Amino acid sequence: MATLLSIRGLTKAYPGVVANDDVSFDIGKGEIHALLGENGAGKSTLVKMIFGLVKPDAGEMALDGAAYAPAKPSDARRSGVAMVFQHFSLFEALDVAENVALGMENPPRPRDLARQIREVSETYGLPLDPTRTVGTLSAGERQRVEIIRCLLQNPRLLIMDEPTSVLTPQEVDILFQTLNKLRAEGTSILYISHKLEEIRALCDEATILRLGKNVGTCTPREVTARQMAELMVGSSFNAPEARAGEKGEVLLRTDKLSLPAPGAFGTPLREVSLEVRAGEVLGIAGVAGNGQDELLMALSGERLAPAGTIFFKGQDVSRLGPIGRRDAGLLSGPEERLGHAAAPNMSLTENAVLTGARREGLVQGGFIDWGKSKAFAEKVIERFDVRTPGPGTAARALSGGNLQKFVVGREILQSPDVFVVNQPTWGVDAAAAAAIRQALLDLAAKGAAIIVISQDLDELMEISDRFAALNEGRLSPARAVAELDIEKIGLMMGGAHDMEVAHVDG
Amino acid sequence: MDPVLLVASIMVSATPILLAALGEMVVEKAGVLNLGVEGMMITGAVVGFAAAVSTGSPVVGFLAAALASAVLSLSFGFLTQVLLSNQVATGLGLTLVGLGLSALVGAGFEGVRAPGMGKLWIPGLAEIPVIGPMFFRHDFMVYVSLLLVAGVWAFLKYTRAGLILRAVGEDHESAHALGYKVVRVRLAAIFFGGACAGLGGAYVSLVRVPQWTEGMTAGAGWIALAIVVFASWRPLGVLIGAYLFGGVTVLQLNLQAAGAKVPVELLSMSPYLITILVLVIISARGVHGAPGSLGRSFHASA
Repeated sequence: MATLLSIRGLTKAYPGVVANDDVSFDIGKGEIHALLGENGAGKSTLVKMIFGLVKPDAGEMALDGAAYAPAKPSDARRSGVAMVFQHFSLFEALDVAENVALGMENPPRPRDLARQIREVSETYGLPLDPTRTVGTLSAGERQRVEIIRCLLQNPRLLIMDEPTSVLTPQEVDILFQTLNKLRAEGTSILYISHKLEEIRALCDEATILRLGKNVGTCTPREVTARQMAELMVGSSFNAPEARAGEKGEVLLRTDKLSLPAPGAFGTPLREVSLEVRAGEVLGIAGVAGNGQDELLMALSGERLAPAGTIFFKGQDVSRLGPIGRRDAGLLSGPEERLGHAAAPNMSLTENAVLTGARREGLVQGGFIDWGKSKAFAEKVIERFDVRTPGPGTAARALSGGNLQKFVVGREILQSPDVFVVNQPTWGVDAAAAAAIRQALLDLAAKGAAIIVISQDLDELMEISDRFAALNEGRLSPARAVAELDIEKIGLMMGGAHDMEVAHVDG
Repeated sequence: MDPVLLVASIMVSATPILLAALGEMVVEKAGVLNLGVEGMMITGAVVGFAAAVSTGSPVVGFLAAALASAVLSLSFGFLTQVLLSNQVATGLGLTLVGLGLSALVGAGFEGVRAPGMGKLWIPGLAEIPVIGPMFFRHDFMVYVSLLLVAGVWAFLKYTRAGLILRAVGEDHESAHALGYKVVRVRLAAIFFGGACAGLGGAYVSLVRVPQWTEGMTAGAGWIALAIVVFASWRPLGVLIGAYLFGGVTVLQLNLQAAGAKVPVELLSMSPYLITILVLVIISARGVHGAPGSLGRSFHASA
């Protein structure tokens, strides 16, 4: 197969991290090429360089034999490279035709454009009315607007950044039919995803990135999901040690917890059943957007669950709000540090009061005891080595890792009986991450039950006793970490279809 | 009360607000909330008056007014778009500056009469009985304002530049991602809005009154701001809103003159009351159409 785009030694470094390190691979003409990797593996940086949004530090690209170095997206578009973003750049108040026109270099007259949109949408089986207002469209239909915007420019290479992350299964089928048709017409597609089964079903070739390096190219149809998962997670994967020690009574249990999606892009929870015992760490893995935030909100009390689904120490707390659950000893730490776990413009002392007021007795007769509050904030800062001038500093002014240490430490020092935390070390440097993990383990050793939701498999393997995975809002049965291997983990993350295979094997 | 005269005076009474509101609508369509309309109008009023008196030409007066207010609005543009200052506070500041500046400039022009403006009879149409004197025997600015409404409507609906302007106002992040110059588009819109407010102000001092008094725009700029909302950011709505306000103003003046048995204070209040009432009804109906990025600062690297 002739090569369309060849990438040689692309390197891009940001302060403190090499996003892409000497990445080389080729995309053939009429080929669907998968780019595979975990979060932070450097996929986004790579495609941004191909699309002219980021300039590489070193390396070169050639498009159809000619040197290719786009300085801006419009250069890339002129060369026949189009991109469908994960987060759409659409205008909700404008109609479909206007949105398409805004994304084109030289749009035709409105009437001709509407006709062209109808033609393309019929040809590729993407039903879309050019006069509809984008604000009324579903996520799948919005993606069609982006795709049609690209197709109208007759691209030679179409880049799709995690296109199925916002789609329903039916919409995924339609999308795959469209992509297959494009391939048949000779258009190359660079398909970014971390859904292994999807890639096996659709792609001709796959390049796998790990920590910014190309760690292998394979033909997805000829390898198993296990082999790809191994390449993705890497050889640094350590088989976890069996942890000794008796676990205590069940502290938190959910029974077929179902909740509708909170918004257009949310994930519904589907019959999530789990239990976690005193002294135990339950790790919950899963690809982003499979219900992690929703599970945390249901457990913390931000969203109330139907009665009879969440039990804390045997008591039904499903209809109890966050304050009631905190009083009882069920504490939580959300993923988003600024704006969810901490109020950005308030000082660390004020942020300490926000969650610690009742358990630490920081409020007396309706008035805040600032002396006590400051002492509590200082205790968090000291115990968790938060690098900051003092408790009067605004949360916004702290680096991500330091703020993360503060918000996790703030909860841990309130001696929770159950602590639920989402992405405790996201974007945190290695030393701080290790400190946070150790603090979680210490808390468990004191008899607390801990649920850690994370996308970092290594982290979960390191600290969990048992392990489960979220997939489209469903939680797999939890298994002891000691009896897991990389294949089983990959299959657990892959979804219900794969789970049956896992049962046969196991 | 002569209905012919009434309609003719409604058109004159509505024109300043129509011009200012139309300009502000374009500014808000681009996503900028400029609360300094009153300040720009009064600046236009005094500069237009001074230029017209000095040269004896109302046309020169209007051009000078448009230019002066547009330049003044660019100071607002520079502060909010380049230095990213708060739009509400800066707009209020612009109003205060305009009021003070106009008092200073206009100090020597109190009591002077403006040069007269000839009526422009539209050939063929002005001779029609009743309709002619109502609609086709006005000064040229009335026609200019109506042409501007049609022009803005067509610009926003049919041209690519108009589409880009709306896109910038709807979602500046997306517009930037597609490669459009958000700040440049907004500065151009602010400039246009300033020029329109200047024309509106000059119309007050050169045609409606016609002389210079301190603070003579008397809140017309604020009414223009309200009318943009009332109009749900549509040019035709702006036209209706301005004529409604102008209409009620003229009516209550006529009622006052006729010695109606309603307290004068209540009558003077009525244009504002009715405008507020209509606004409330419109908002209760739930149709807003406010540009998505209205009033939000844009910073490219954010």
